[in-house]
Parts: sequence; structure tokens; C-alpha cells
Amino acid sequence: MSRHLSDIKLKIWRQAGPEAAGRFESYLVASISDEASFLELLDVLNEQLISEGREPVVFDHDCREGICGTCSLMIDGQAHGPQRGTGFDRIVESGGYITADTGGAPDANLIPIPKPVAEAAMDAAACIGCGACVAACPNGAANLFTAAKVAHLNLLPQGQAERFKRVEAMVETMDQYFGSCTNHGECEAACPKEISIDVIALMNQDYRKAKFKNRKTLSRR
Amino acid sequence: MTTDVITSAMTDASSAKLAGKSPIAAVPEMWETFKSDMKLVNPNNKRKFKVIVVGTGLAGASAAATLAELGYQVDAFTFHDSPRRAHSIAAQGGINAAKNYKGDGDSVHRLFYDTIKGGDFRARESNVHRLAEVSVDIIDQMVAQGVPFAREYGGLLDNRSFGGAQVSRTFYARGQTGQQLLIGAYQQMARQIGLGTVRLFNRCELVDTVVIDGRCAGIVTRDLVTGHVQSHAAHAVVLCTGGYGNVFFLSTNAMMCNVTAAWRAHQRGAFFANPCYTQIHPTCIPQADDTQSKLTLMSESLRNDGRVWVPAQAGDERSAADIPEGERDYYLERLYPSFGNLAPRDISSRAAKRAVDSGRGVGPLKNGVFLDFSDAVARLGKEVVQERYGNLFEMYERIAGEDPYAVPMRIYPASHYTMGGLWVDYELMTTVPGLYCAGEANFSDHGANRLGASALMQGLSDGYFVLPYTIGNYLAPMLNKPTPGVDHPQFKAAEAEARQRFQGYLDINGTRSPDWFHRELGKIIWNHCGMERTEQGLEQALTELPALYAEFQKDLRVTGDGSSLNQTLEKAGRVDDFFQLGMLMCRDALERRESCGGHFRSEFQDDEGEAKRDDEHFAHVAAWEWTGDPMRATRNVEPLDFTTVHLATRSYK
Ligand SMILES: Cc1cc2nc3c(=O)[nH]c(=O)nc-3n(C[C@H](O)[C@H](O)[C@H](O)COP(=O)(O)OP(=O)(O)OC[C@H]3O[C@@H](n4cnc5c(N)ncnc54)[C@H](O)[C@@H]3O)c2cc1C
Ligand code: SF4
Ligand code: FES
Repeated sequence: MSRHLSDIKLKIWRQAGPEAAGRFESYLVASISDEASFLELLDVLNEQLISEGREPVVFDHDCREGICGTCSLMIDGQAHGPQRGTGFDRIVESGGYITADTGGAPDANLIPIPKPVAEAAMDAAACIGCGACVAACPNGAANLFTAAKVAHLNLLPQGQAERFKRVEAMVETMDQYFGSCTNHGECEAACPKEISIDVIALMNQDYRKAKFKNRKTLSRR
Repeated sequence: MTTDVITSAMTDASSAKLAGKSPIAAVPEMWETFKSDMKLVNPNNKRKFKVIVVGTGLAGASAAATLAELGYQVDAFTFHDSPRRAHSIAAQGGINAAKNYKGDGDSVHRLFYDTIKGGDFRARESNVHRLAEVSVDIIDQMVAQGVPFAREYGGLLDNRSFGGAQVSRTFYARGQTGQQLLIGAYQQMARQIGLGTVRLFNRCELVDTVVIDGRCAGIVTRDLVTGHVQSHAAHAVVLCTGGYGNVFFLSTNAMMCNVTAAWRAHQRGAFFANPCYTQIHPTCIPQADDTQSKLTLMSESLRNDGRVWVPAQAGDERSAADIPEGERDYYLERLYPSFGNLAPRDISSRAAKRAVDSGRGVGPLKNGVFLDFSDAVARLGKEVVQERYGNLFEMYERIAGEDPYAVPMRIYPASHYTMGGLWVDYELMTTVPGLYCAGEANFSDHGANRLGASALMQGLSDGYFVLPYTIGNYLAPMLNKPTPGVDHPQFKAAEAEARQRFQGYLDINGTRSPDWFHRELGKIIWNHCGMERTEQGLEQALTELPALYAEFQKDLRVTGDGSSLNQTLEKAGRVDDFFQLGMLMCRDALERRESCGGHFRSEFQDDEGEAKRDDEHFAHVAAWEWTGDPMRATRNVEPLDFTTVHLATRSYK
């Protein structure tokens, strides 16, 4: 049976807009069932605020299952999201794909993929693009996110044709939007999908090779 | 008021407006026939056409990417911050395709037949056959995009079984199939965004569609961050805006899923088909308390290895482990021996409801049934079970606080998917020329019940392999003909109307939040238009809904203003549309005096409690026409002809 928790105190950072000055405000939720999630606690608070004619707390959320990556709260100093802006989309647009226009694909079983390779690609592809890694990083670096995407695609046979072009473009776009990685490892600890920091090593390796190979390819043209 | 409405709806309007446009050929040859006869737009002329795609889920992202690859100019819209957040991301279990990689007797015809039968013979044969045909191309396309589907040790693709099928044809990526497919389609679209052929408008919500001189000329949107209302003109508009399962308030859908785009299109002339066909999914985590904001699905794939049961005796208070085999009722295995735990969703849901209603529910609130893996763990070992379902088990433990390896899961049905949606013809065009609808938002392929793993298939089929062909057929004759721009008075009028609507919500200044109304609305729909429906209940709903809606219009409170981020204001507009849809759902359910698929009318059942269809009177699609008030919408019918399959009583015994 669910129990009721009483007198939950919340201190929430309120800011009217990106340019406005912000401040912490304190709120009290008198009673809530212990089955409620944190987001449901905010629902209850907002109902209370609306009925008092006060501004509800704005928070992004959608699936409430930990898969869409929308929610973006920093709770007790622990990042559960934000800080990604549209930078993540720009990184993917620059190269985080496999070029294969609709219609021309060969039979799906034509190229067998060893199970361990498929599993490793899947581990990296599990990233939900939430941005917790960036929020947790003292430099605001997006290396874990970017490397997860690079690893997903660069591990697969289908991703080989664009492997080096991809990593170069993605790393350079990442550098335009985010800080630089100095190996703190905070990202791995904050990642809800347990993306291993090893993907960053893989990305760096491919990036170094890419700088060399892409130069050679260019000079041959 | 209600009785009057009921009789007026009885006079079905003519079906002249509902030409399905299926090609003239035998069903298996229709798609080839269409493709050889359709009009083409020359590659160099494609860039002269602008196509708006609203929604970036599987249907929208695949359509936008493919249309742009072909050369069209595409504007894509989503209310999310990024296209990758569309609700498709949450799909867990898998995607069907008639690949027959297992050599277990699958074929295009079998997938077609299973889908028609699963839908209780209430879908158009032509569309479903095409879906089965292109299903195989989808898997090829997704593997080429880098989707890391599950594989066997030899490196070939693995399959599992889903409800309503006796073959293994479901492809999956752990319990995150939707996420992986969406990311594949999103990346393909991202490439086009990078190339400048798709322009993306994020955090931008469609609030109206604009019809000028009988064709769809564009849309009106509201920027969710600034409140700015703006028009966008195009040669054609495609709505890929998902389903309306959140009308129930509690559902497995993401919190932001809503009916607004489809509903506003309906108000501008697009017919709404079969709104009462909603799917209640049998395996969700039961509600824990009243603050609950959404329900979590436990993938149907779990029924491959989990066994569903309740105590044989009502009021049995013992824990699962203390109930001996002989005192358990594995009711699905008992009632449906040939499909057992993999009986289709509508049937399994009703069976669970009946078990709970008979006092045999389990868990603290007695509102669930067991889904038990102990046999599977004994047979396969914990490791194999973990590999198949590990992330689902973790999710369950996180939410329900119990370890499913040790105690059986508790599950109960919840609103999950909507088969109804905007009516579309074979080309996926609505009754408004130039306005298309794809994915869950349309009504086309699943009849009265959708089989598991078929929504992802349909979304990608529509977006990758259907629309890109059919849209050219409409656009070709429009080459070099002028079309109205955004300064056309009708765009301006629609913008003004949209601004007024939002100001209207702010001006009410009542006492109740949109969420409060949504919750109350959901209760009415769940009680009267949920898993079992009766004439009396529906009539009651049709009195309660208008009353609650009137209160909404008088007593709503939206704080803040319309010129900045205001989530309460967004929600108000969505709840408004849900109210109107809710009324139409109940009217549709009332008029359909038969039981079929997810629509179960208690008056129409056989001695064993199975659904009784009435093919003589109801082998048709009901498509509702807007008349200014959902309580007075007109019912049109499109008869369904079955030339390839025989209408049969659906049996899974
Ligand atoms: C929990 C869960 C699990 C599921 N598992 C499976 C499964 O295993 N297999 C399967 O086949 N199916 C499954 N389904 C069903 C399937 O996921 C959906 O039917 C399918 O993904 C819908 O895709 P879509 O592209 O039509 O819409 P969605 O993915 O819902 O996308 C809708 C898009 O429209 C946009 N949008 C909506 N309204 C507006 C507006 N007014 N203005 C601007 N943009 C708008 C949204 O931003 C979003 O981008 C599952 C569903 C749920 C809820
Ligand atoms: S790497 Fe982890 S923390 Fe970073 S965006 Fe992906 S899921 Fe979130
Ligand atoms: S709401 Fe989807 S991850 Fe938090």
C-alpha cells in the first residue's frame, strides 16, 4: 500500500526567461503518496499554484519513462538533463548518419554482423540525447554524447564508408557548440544509459586517423 | 439533447465523399498497378514544390527524409525541442515484416491476412496488402541506416513472436525498438537538414490548417517559446502527428501526445474515421495512486515467455509463491489454447478486466493480474531471460519496487493506441485535397484492433514507401500553377482566429487547471468508452461530457500570458480538442451496434463472452464530418469489400 509523505519542501530556481534575473523560491507540498515520481510531485505543486493564481513551475517532460530525453532538471546538484540546446541536433546533422537514400538498400541479411559487434553498437546507440553528460561536465563538453553516436555508427559494417568523414565533421561541429573534454569522467557517472567513457577513446582514435586519412584522400583528388 | 442527436446520426449520409480510390486490379496487384499508372514529377521539377510535414515521429521523419531525397522542398514541424523526442521513441517490443527469415511459413499473404483478421475485418484490404508488401523493404532500409537490430550468433537477424501471429516475424532492438528506428529515421532526416533540403521548425505547434478553394494551402503554427502565431504555405501538407490515446488522461502515451493537429484538420473538412476504435493494451503496470500521471507499458514481447494468471478463488490474499499450481487460473491458456498467452490485445485485455472484476485481482489495490516468469527462468535460465527482457525488468523494478525475477509482475490494461484517426484514401489523402495523413494519426490499416509490432511498420511504410509515391500523383498537375501565399486573407483570418482562441483561454479566469479537466474527462471516457461499452453508459457519457465541457469553458484557469513559454496555455488548447473528440468517440461507439476488435459492446457478445460482429450492417468505415459541433457531426460510411479474404469469426481458441 502506498504511504503518504508530508511537508515536502522544495527550493526551485525560477527565471521568467533566458535574459531575466533568476532566484530560488521555496514551496511546500503538504502531502503526497510515496508512489509519486518527482515529476508527479511537480504536477501536484503546479495544481496548487494554479489554484492560487500563481505561476506554475515550467519543466520539460514527455515520456516519463527515461527514454525520450526531454526532462531536464538538476535535482540536489545531480543533473538529469539540459544544456544541450540544439547543439546535439547540429552535431548529428553534420555527420551522425549513414548515407543510404530510401529505396536502394540491399537485403537486410546480406551482411551478417557478429553478435558482439551488434551488441556494442547497440550499447552506444542507447544514448537518449538527454544532455546530463554536458550538464555534469565542469567544462560543458559534449564528448560522451558525440562519441556514443560515432561509436554506434563506426562499429557497424554499414557505417564504414563514411567512418572518417563522419568523425571529423562531428568532432569539429561539437567543438563549435560545446566545451573541451579534459577527462574528468563526470559524464559517465551522470549518464542514465550507462554509456561507457570508452567510446570517447574510440572517437579520439578515429579522429586522429581521420585527420591523417582525410588529408591524404584530399590530396589524391 | 442526447436522444435527439442519436436519432439524427442514424441517417447515414451518402458515402460519395469517401472514394477509397483503390486501384482496379486484384488486391495483390494493386500497388504495382498504382505505381505503373501514377503521374510523375520530373526530378528537376520536384524542387518547385513545397511540402509541409507536421510531426517527426517514425512516419514524419521517414516522409520528410525521403521527400527531400527525391528533391522536394520540405518544411518539417514538431512541438518537441528535437525531432528525436517524438513519441515513437518509446516503442519497446518490435516491428513486423514478412521476411520469413525463420522459414516458419511466413509470407506477404500471411502478414496481410493476420492483420486483416487481427483488425476484426474492419480495415481496407488494399491498404493492408500494400503494408504487408513493403514491410520487407522497411527492414532493409533500417539496417542500411545502422539500426542495431538483435542478431543471432551467426550474425543474421533474430526474430520473436508477437500476439495474433503463429510465426516469428518481429524484428527488435532489445526493448528499445522504437528508439532505434526513430533514431535511424531521424538521422536520415538530419542529413537532409544539414544539406538544407529540409527546414526544421522545432517547438512549433500546428494550430490550424488552411483550406483555400477546396485544397489545403498550408498551416498556421504557434511558436511555443515566443507565442508567435505564423502561417506557412505549401503545395501539400502531411500530418504525421500521432494518436489520441491521451484522451483517457491515463495512458501509455507520452504526456504531450494529443489530437490537436488532426482535430483542427477535421474542423476544416477532413473526415474523422472510427474514433471509437481504441486499443487498450493488456500489459501495463497498474495504477498505484491518484497522483499517477501516466501508465507504463510492459512490452507485449514479455508474453512470449511470461504466463498470465490470477488466483482461482476470489479474495485469495496469499502471496503468489504461496498459491499452489492447482489453485491458479492461467486463464489465457485455458480460454485460448492455440494462442495462449499470445492472444491478441483486445481479447487479453478484456480477459484481464473480467478476472479483476470477478474479485481475483492481485496487488495492494487488487487491480492487476500476474505475469509470471518463473517457468521461463527455470526452463531457459536467468541469463537468457535477462538478455531478452533485462531492461524491461529493470524498468518494472524501478517503477513497481518489486524484483520480477523473484515475484511475478503485476499488470493491467491501459489505453495505448488509437486505430481511429483521419480518414484517408489509398493514397493517404484525407477528404481535403492536398492534405495527407500518415502514421498513427490516420485510420488506415489496423481496422478495429492493431496487432503488436504493426504500428512501427505502418508508420515507416507510410513515410518511406507510400507517400513519396502517392504525393507526386497529386502534385504533378500543379506544376507552374500559382498557389496562395501566406498573405492570402484566409491565412490572415486563420491567424487571427488562433490568437483569439488562445486569448480566450486566458480570459476565462476561472478556478480549475486544464489538467484537472483532463483528468475528469479521462474518467468519463474510461468508464463508458473503455474496454466494455454499453448503450446506457455511452448515453450517460454523452450527457456528462457536454456538461463538463461547458464548465471547462466557464471555469478554466490559465495563468501567465500568451506571448512567452506557457505550458498551461498549450495544455488548455489540447484539452479543448480532447473534449470534442471525446464526444465524437462516444457517438461513434454508440452508433456501432456490434462488437468488433477493441470496440466491445456488452449487448453484442456470444454465450462465451466473445465479440459478436454484425457484418450485414457494419462492415464499413464510419467517417464523421464536422458540422460545427461534435454532438451533431454527420456519419458517412465507406463500405468495406472483402475479395481476397473471407469474412470469418475471429477465433483464437
Ligand atoms: C509505450 C509504447 C510502446 C509501443 N511499442 C510499440 C511496438 O513495440 N511496436 C509497434 O509497432 N508499435 C508500438 N507502439 C505504437 C507506436 O509507437 C506508435 O503508434 C508510433 O510510434 C506512432 O508514430 P507516429 O510517427 O505516427 O507518431 P509519433 O511518434 O507520436 O509522432 C508524432 C509527432 O507529431 C508531432 N506533433 C503532434 N502534434 C503536433 C502539432 N499540433 N504541431 C506540431 N507537431 C505535432 C510531435 O512533436 C511528434 O514529432 C508503442 C506505443 C507506446 C505508447
Ligand atoms: S551520453 Fe548519456 S548523458 Fe549524454 S546525452 Fe547520451 S544518454 Fe544522456
Ligand atoms: S520525460 Fe522522457 S526521459 Fe524524462
